[in-house]
Amino acid sequence: MTQIHQFRNNGYNIVMDVNSGSVHVVDDLVYDAIEAICAHGGKEYQKEKVKSLLLDRYPGEEITAALTEIDELIDEGLLFTEDTYQDYIIDFKKRKTVVKALCLHIAHDCNLACRYCFAEEGEYHGRRALMSLEVGKKALDFLVANSGNRIHLEVDFFGGEPTMNWDVVKELVKYGRSLEEPYNKKFRFTLTTNGILLNDEIMEFCNREMSNVVLSLDGRREVNDRMRPTRNGHGSSYDIIVPKFQKFAESRNQMNYYVRGTFTHENLDFASDALHFADLGFTQMSIEPVVASPEDPYAIREEDLPKICEEYDRLAREYVKRRKEGRGFNFFHFMIDLNQGPCVAKRLSGCGSGTEYLAVTPWGDLYPCHQFVGDEDFLLGNVYEGITRPEISDEFKLCNVYAKEKCRECFARFYCSGGCAANSYKFHQSINDAYDIGCVMQKKRIECAIMIKAALAGEDTPMSQCESCLGCD
Amino acid sequence: MKRIKTLTSKSLKETMKHGGCGECQTSCQSACKTSCTVGNQSCENAANR
Repeated sequence: MTQIHQFRNNGYNIVMDVNSGSVHVVDDLVYDAIEAICAHGGKEYQKEKVKSLLLDRYPGEEITAALTEIDELIDEGLLFTEDTYQDYIIDFKKRKTVVKALCLHIAHDCNLACRYCFAEEGEYHGRRALMSLEVGKKALDFLVANSGNRIHLEVDFFGGEPTMNWDVVKELVKYGRSLEEPYNKKFRFTLTTNGILLNDEIMEFCNREMSNVVLSLDGRREVNDRMRPTRNGHGSSYDIIVPKFQKFAESRNQMNYYVRGTFTHENLDFASDALHFADLGFTQMSIEPVVASPEDPYAIREEDLPKICEEYDRLAREYVKRRKEGRGFNFFHFMIDLNQGPCVAKRLSGCGSGTEYLAVTPWGDLYPCHQFVGDEDFLLGNVYEGITRPEISDEFKLCNVYAKEKCRECFARFYCSGGCAANSYKFHQSINDAYDIGCVMQKKRIECAIMIKAALAGEDTPMSQCESCLGCD
Repeated sequence: MKRIKTLTSKSLKETMKHGGCGECQTSCQSACKTSCTVGNQSCENAANR
């Protein structure tokens, strides 16, 4: 089946040929013509019929010229292409999988008390604990042993707050490096931190060893401090953290980091928080919608969606404006690689949770990802014995875009890969469903990202070369 | 073309030839941790470029 998705945003007419991934910016006539073609036969359309539908708005010779250009795209396989990927993806997913990334829960403890924390203030429905060096080493051994021919291995030091177990982080990096040459592997270490314990020594170590750091901050002071209070009310976390993050970002030459925030029902004007980051001098940022139970007062509700979509539009317009003025920034969800992006196998096969990406608890238990940690139904095994419940991995292995009813015909499936399995499970008790509110936001972000590409096409905007940077290996 | 500007340089179908090597970044190891975004990632397979 062919699929066209078209939309207008910020004065641009965009036509996406979903199955080829082609994105076209078109004038009003072509936009209307493609709409008419979709409604009257698609690829095998009758020229005279479509022409008659447009003659009330456009001169005949211009319609003919527009249809000629459309036919050229069809002939080149860039418009009205078929979805021929289903069997390919199902076969691809049947292949033996390897583990290539671990989320190491270095500390199930935290020195902040964020209200929305899915880790329940670091404890993940369990007890406070720090990962021992022995468990950490076993986790890296497990990763190397199960990574097959993959060279690049990813390890995220996560929590809770990983700097609360900093000596183990340093020792594990050292141990990981010692495994690289003998096993022909290359580790990419990353750290996710709330910044409370950040100091010069940690920054210098990270700048040497971490390919990316994720710095948690929600935006404006009042927004941040409302959701990210210090424990026992010891002042503003914003005031403690912001100067450190500014110094850290500068010390990394404003590259290979993200200031990462969460927005909730309580700050639906989150574009102001992203712009606040930019005004603080940060150039790499992400602000994600909170995922919370509907009864939580800060949960995002369906009725919030129009306002949220407006905010994405507002942010996208400002993004373009600032980029053109030479003071641009990168917003994670507006980054899109239209030319050297991932292959179709990657795009349609899901996030890899439960198969190539696993989370490890402080005591060495394995879960499909950090969001499943603590839910015994998803306990896969441990770093000593490996995967002991392969039936859970098998379920994740078969999870792909075509296994999800809601995703099969969605235009966004090539960009979100079917969405987050944990969110799907949280709202529908199935990993093969989709978190509907998240889908609306995801689709809007994709449209904004493509509008930005259209607006900046041909512009000399130097930051674009770093948009998809994976770190300077 | 006068009326159409194409922003993409290749069709996804072409990536079927050399795709699936798996050397690319895992989605959740970037900034998100709560959603799934792959469209902004880069291919690390030179054969696909």
